[in-house]
Amino acid sequence: MSALPFHRRHGTRLALRYLIALVLVVIFVFPVYWLFIISFKTPDEIFASPPVWYPQSIQFANYRVLFKDGDAATVGNSLILASVSTFFAMILGTMAAYSLARFKTGGENLAVWIISQRMMPPVAIVFPLFLLYVWLGWVDTYFGLILLYTAFSLPYVIWMMRGYIEDIPLELEESALVDGCTRWEVLWKVVLPMARSGLFATAVFTFIFAWNDFLFALVLTRTEVTTYTVQVTHYFGGQSNFWAKIAAMSVLGTIPVFFTVAVMQRYLVRGISMGAVKG
Amino acid sequence: MTAKALHPDRNFKYWLIAPAIFLLLLIGLFPLFYSLVVSFMRIDMMDTDTSFAGLYNYKNLFTDDRLWWSLAHTLLITVIALPIELVLGLAMAYLFLERMPGRQVFIALLVLPTIISPIVAGATWRLMFDNKYGPINQIISWVWGERVNALWTINPSLVYPAIIFCEVWQWTPFMFLILLAALSNVDKSQTEAAEIDGASFFRTFRYIVLPAIWPVMAIAILIRGLDLFRIFDIIWALTQGGPGTRTETISIYTYVQGFKQFETSYTAAIAFLVILLLTVICTWAIRRMGLVK
Repeated sequence: MSALPFHRRHGTRLALRYLIALVLVVIFVFPVYWLFIISFKTPDEIFASPPVWYPQSIQFANYRVLFKDGDAATVGNSLILASVSTFFAMILGTMAAYSLARFKTGGENLAVWIISQRMMPPVAIVFPLFLLYVWLGWVDTYFGLILLYTAFSLPYVIWMMRGYIEDIPLELEESALVDGCTRWEVLWKVVLPMARSGLFATAVFTFIFAWNDFLFALVLTRTEVTTYTVQVTHYFGGQSNFWAKIAAMSVLGTIPVFFTVAVMQRYLVRGISMGAVKG
Repeated sequence: MTAKALHPDRNFKYWLIAPAIFLLLLIGLFPLFYSLVVSFMRIDMMDTDTSFAGLYNYKNLFTDDRLWWSLAHTLLITVIALPIELVLGLAMAYLFLERMPGRQVFIALLVLPTIISPIVAGATWRLMFDNKYGPINQIISWVWGERVNALWTINPSLVYPAIIFCEVWQWTPFMFLILLAALSNVDKSQTEAAEIDGASFFRTFRYIVLPAIWPVMAIAILIRGLDLFRIFDIIWALTQGGPGTRTETISIYTYVQGFKQFETSYTAAIAFLVILLLTVICTWAIRRMGLVK
C-alpha cells in the first residue's frame, strides 16, 4: 500500500534534484559559454544591444588576427614557462619529498617550513625579487621566470609527493637494497614507477599553477616572454573595441587546461585539496 | 671500497633535499631578508638614501589611511565571499551526494570555473557585466520589466557585489568538489542509524557529519582564506582597484606603491606587515581548527 506514494515521492525528489542541478549548471557554465561565443562573433554581433545570445555563424577572424599579429605566441611562452618549470620542480621536489618521507630529514619542522613557503603572498616577495632580477639581468628572460616558477611550485610538489611516497610500502625498497641496488637506483627504479600516478597528477597541478600566474609575469616580463595572462590584460584599455581579442586570447589560454583536467579528473580532488582528501 | 660505502645514507638524504632548499632560500628567503634591510632605509623614486632610517617607514604605516582601507576591503571581501562559497559548496555537495544518472557530467561542467585562470575569470565577468553589451543587465532588465543600465564595475555601490559574485562563481566549485569527496567518505551506517533514531537532518549534520568532514573542510577553508587575503587577479581584471581606490585590496595597494609610485622602502615595510599579519592569522587558524596538536 505505502510503496506507491513512497515511490512517487522518490521520483519527485529526483526530478527536483535534476531541476536544481540544471539551474546550477546554467549559472556556472553560462559565463564560460559567453566567453567562447564572443570569440566567434563578428564585431557587429559583439556590439549589439541587446546582446546576441548565439552567433549566426561561427567565424575565426578573431583568432586569425591573434596569429597574424603574433599575439598568439604568448600562449607558446606560457607553455614553455609552465612545462619547463614543472619538469624541474618535479625532479627537485620529488627528490626532496623522498628525503622527507623516508629519512625524516630535518624532522617535522623542515616539512612545516617548506609548506609555509606556499602561504607567502606573492605580492610581498615580488618587489624585492624584481630588484634582484634587475640587478642580475634576469627580467624578461625565460631563465628568470622558469627559476621563479620552479621555486614557487616546490612547496606544493614536495608536500604532495611526500604523501604519495608515504603510501608506497617500504618493503619493496628494502628488498631492492638487499638485492644490491644503490640508493639512487632504488629511487629511480622502485619509487618513481610506484609513484607514477601521483607524479603525473602533481605535475598537472604544478603546470596549472604556473599557467595561471599573472602577478609574477606582470612584473617580471616586458616583451620577450610575455605570458598569455598578461597579454589578455593588454587589451583592457579604455575602449571596448578589443573585446574580440580578449575573448579569443582567453579561449586560447583556457583550452589546454580544459584538456589536461579532463584527462586528470581522477586526481582532481587530491590535487586541489593539497592532499587533504586521499583518492 | 664498495660503491655503497662511498654513498653513505647519512649524506644521501641531504644531497636529495639540498637543491630544493637552495632554491627556496634564493627565491623565498632572500627577498624577505632584502626587504627587511630596505625597509629600514629611505629609498624612493627621487632619493636613494641607504643610511639607517630606523622605524621611519613602519611609523608611516600607522598614519596611512589608504593602507588600512585596503586591508578593510580585503577583509570585507573575505568575510562575505568565504562563507557563501562554503555554504553554497556544501549545499551543492549534498545535492550530488546520492547517485543520479549523468552525475559525472554535471560535476565536470560545474568544475569549469575553478580551472580557468583567475585573470580570465575576471575578464569574462568584465564582459558579462558590461552595461551596454553584457548579458547581466539584459537579464535583469527582463526580470525588472524595464531597461536597466547598471554600471557594475564603475558605480561605487555595485563594484563589491560584482567582485564578490565573480569570486564566488569561480571558487564555489572548488569548495563543492572537496566537500563532495569528504561527504562521500562519511560512514553511511552512522548517519542512517541517527536517522532511524529520529535525529533531524541538522542534528545529524552537527554531531556526525561535521566532525567527520571537519579535517578536510578546515584545509579547504584555510586554502581559500589565504587566497582571498591575497586576492589580486580578479580585481585587477574587473576594476584595477577603482573607482578611485574604492576596491583596492592589500595586494593591489602593495603593487601600486611598489610599481606605480616606486616607494621602495615603504613597499618593503608594507610587505613585512602583510607577512606578519598572515603568519599570525595562519598560526591562529591552524591551531584553532585543530590541524596541529
